[in-house]
Amino acid sequence: MEEYWLFASERVIPGLNVALLISAKLIVPSALYGMLLGVITGVLRVYGFAWVRRVADIYVALFRGTPLVVQLYFWYFALPYISIAGHSIVLNAMQASILGFALCSAAYQSEYVRGGLLSIRAGQFKAAKALGMSPLQTVLHVVLPQAIRRSMPGIGNEIIYLIKYSSLASIITVEELMGAARSIAKATWRPVEAYGTVAIYYLVLVTLAMWLLRWAEDYFSIPGFERSKED
Amino acid sequence: MSANDVILRIDRLNKSFGTNHVLKDATLELRRGELKVLIGPSGGGKSTLLQCMNFLLPPDSGRIWLDGNEIKFKNKRELYAYRQAVGMIFQDFNLFDHLSAMENVRIALTKVKGIPKKAATERAMAELERVGMAGKAALYPAQLSGGQKQRVSVARALAMDPKVLLLDEPTSALDPELIGEVLTVIKDLAKSGMTMVMATHQITFSAQLASEFIFMEQGCIIEHDTPAVLLAESANSRTKDFCAKINELGESA
Repeated sequence: MEEYWLFASERVIPGLNVALLISAKLIVPSALYGMLLGVITGVLRVYGFAWVRRVADIYVALFRGTPLVVQLYFWYFALPYISIAGHSIVLNAMQASILGFALCSAAYQSEYVRGGLLSIRAGQFKAAKALGMSPLQTVLHVVLPQAIRRSMPGIGNEIIYLIKYSSLASIITVEELMGAARSIAKATWRPVEAYGTVAIYYLVLVTLAMWLLRWAEDYFSIPGFERSKED
Repeated sequence: MSANDVILRIDRLNKSFGTNHVLKDATLELRRGELKVLIGPSGGGKSTLLQCMNFLLPPDSGRIWLDGNEIKFKNKRELYAYRQAVGMIFQDFNLFDHLSAMENVRIALTKVKGIPKKAATERAMAELERVGMAGKAALYPAQLSGGQKQRVSVARALAMDPKVLLLDEPTSALDPELIGEVLTVIKDLAKSGMTMVMATHQITFSAQLASEFIFMEQGCIIEHDTPAVLLAESANSRTKDFCAKINELGESA
């Protein structure tokens, strides 16, 4: 055991600390873009014109219906071969990962937001209309602030998933936490220390995220929208 | 009275849900400072008429004039402006659940009228003061009683400086002991000259204030006249029959 800690602190932890920064650069933008796009998609799926709704539904079906690994491979390896009018897009591994994570995350987020939107009573729309608000003003100032509060547990859940599936970026060559752990394990033949330690890193990240999400729920909590008192 | 006194005129509004014709050729004129009271059995079309008057339910046919100008509802901008001028009070209040009482009153001032936040806050507080709710300005709807919520919703409508106020059974969702505080607010509004159309079952109360009773049944305006005429001893009106019936059921509250 003592030897484990010695090895972990000398060889594993310095390597993982460097990779931690890369993981953060992967997770934070993916989560933010994912939330933003998820809210927009959720709104369009509920209030969009028929064809907009259809397009958004197809997007969600596609990104929830295919493995994330396939999506990452597509953005990183396949996209450069698709040329439209002589132009093709080449993404580096970081960009491809963030794009893949954000699009996948948003597909799930939109479902949580959709649930929140559907829970808003019709009277709220009527009251907003009666005051002369346009549909856009109604959604922005009346419906979304309530719906997002109700979606927060789901949105948080998806962010926690995202922290863990960010490890998939390692298979398209990003040296984030998981990638770094694998390199260390291969180079040293000490997989127990490498993978055991990286698991703790993810556990700590998820725990921090849980605290942050709890704090956010409490911060935005208002009478009538509280988190249940049981937990 | 000259025709200039007519603020709101509606002409032959119709509304159907499928084959159910719930509003038939509703026509009325509203003069400045008048309170017209819609009465009649539930399902008679009172609520549909009020909602059609504010275009919350678009009527299938009919025309509406505000201050002599016909409203072209196809024009969204004109529709939103019209709704600001014609306030609405709902049976179940419909306060915005995520905003405090003050923010409920203020939100349309800042977002719809574009009034700066500070001025809008002052105006919102003044309106809450008017309905006796200034002391509860910071509370959220979930923390207010039904009567308090309805008073805030009145303040919210008044803050928009409406020319006409439509009230859809404002006391029907309230516990009996809370009705009084809302009726007091409505009475004050009537006395201050606010032009209103109110659907209600509070016959005794509204008979003292109403300039006209409008009796609706099965989507039609059956009769309309002053309460004194319709409720006179000698009158042989549907209104009187109806009132006799609900008075037997304990309307005196």
